Amino acid sequence: MVFDVISVDVDKQLGDFAISASFEGDNGVTALFGPSGSGKTSIVGMIAGLIKPDRGRIAIDGDTVFDSATGIDAPAHRRRIGYVFQDGRLFPHLSVARNLDYGRWMTGLPPDEAQFKHVIELLDIAPLIKRRPGALSGGERQRVALGRALLMKPRLMLLDEPLASLDARRKNEILPYFIRLRDDTRLPMIYVSHDANEVRRLASRVVLLDDGQVAKTGGVELL
Amino acid sequence: MFALSPEEWTAIALSLRVAAVATLVSLPLGIAVAWLLARKNFPGKSLLNAFIYLPLVLPPVVTGYLLLIAFGRRGLFGEWLESVGIVFSFRWTGAALACAVMSFPLMVGAIRLSIEAVDRKLEDAASTLGANRVWTLITVTLPLALPGIIAGAVLAFARALGEFGATITFVSNIPGETQTISAAIYTLTQVPGGDAQALRLVVIAVAISLLALIVSEWFGRRAGARVHGV
Repeated sequence: MVFDVISVDVDKQLGDFAISASFEGDNGVTALFGPSGSGKTSIVGMIAGLIKPDRGRIAIDGDTVFDSATGIDAPAHRRRIGYVFQDGRLFPHLSVARNLDYGRWMTGLPPDEAQFKHVIELLDIAPLIKRRPGALSGGERQRVALGRALLMKPRLMLLDEPLASLDARRKNEILPYFIRLRDDTRLPMIYVSHDANEVRRLASRVVLLDDGQVAKTGGVELL
Repeated sequence: MFALSPEEWTAIALSLRVAAVATLVSLPLGIAVAWLLARKNFPGKSLLNAFIYLPLVLPPVVTGYLLLIAFGRRGLFGEWLESVGIVFSFRWTGAALACAVMSFPLMVGAIRLSIEAVDRKLEDAASTLGANRVWTLITVTLPLALPGIIAGAVLAFARALGEFGATITFVSNIPGETQTISAAIYTLTQVPGGDAQALRLVVIAVAISLLALIVSEWFGRRAGARVHGV
């Protein structure tokens, strides 16, 4: 039996809105694509363990993190899934360096100087590390958020519209970092977006969402 | 006018000690209760809330009397506490207990507001980075709520300094043991010729309260700047 790297099959009722989604992701970038309000962020929240599905199963690399049938529900802090939020969510009271180191500190991993340097170079954030999040631009903040998620050595990255809060010029500045990240780390990623252009440049696989349901899955030619 | 008598110094020192001990000892409990009220839903929550705010609305003399019933020498818990070496009645520790109870609602109120103001999305972010609930509280929620925690502590301290009714009812007005500035002023206004001395203590009470408020403002602003991360 061959495992898909990511396997998601979830149902969730949120007020009047019903999510019922089932899809697989491979070792590359899987895009969750759809208009706003199609349930993308909720699905990503379920994968991360921030929202509990009513029913279903979520597995990463064959490791089941949620299964309503057997009662498995790993808490978010044990799932080792990197999450880059649309609004960055850097800790405002910590310096950029402490933000970057937070995941490693909390997961109890030993310091990894080499990886730290590598990620900082990859994202060009060396000049920022002594600063406070409040003193960063939107694009800088998202790069730091990306670095913070990477440095906890996740087994999967969730990127929830990480460019949506940036203007077009900034988007074009940051997008290459995501491409570099994809090619450099070979980490499986789920990339949430409603921007076909971004998805075409990044993703290998597309899951089209509409009104909480998977409408189609396939390659970027779907867009 | 400002050469203070030894009795006055005693009252001032006692007031500061009582207020400081009341604030510091109740602060951990205040933070815990504020966190519960801000972040948790549980049966009896509104009852707990009402119970904590009770001293704010009860006449202080009633609170003092209830403390006497509970913690007096022959009180509900007093006898047992005395057998383990803790005595409140007619001791400065009793004054501190009365002050802690009276100032608790103010402390909890301020801290609760500041915890409620912490963006839960940041707590979510911490959990995806591997922080369990306790670590999230220690590394994210409490540091971000720090301005409110400081404000709550200073408010409680100032309230404790001014406490009078519950204290005098519970532990009386014994110079050197339970006679705080407020109680000393009260005593002086009851004796002929005590006005000048009372006035001196009034000026000192105003000065201490002002200083406390200025210090809290300063701490609050510093902590606020830290939290907002510039």
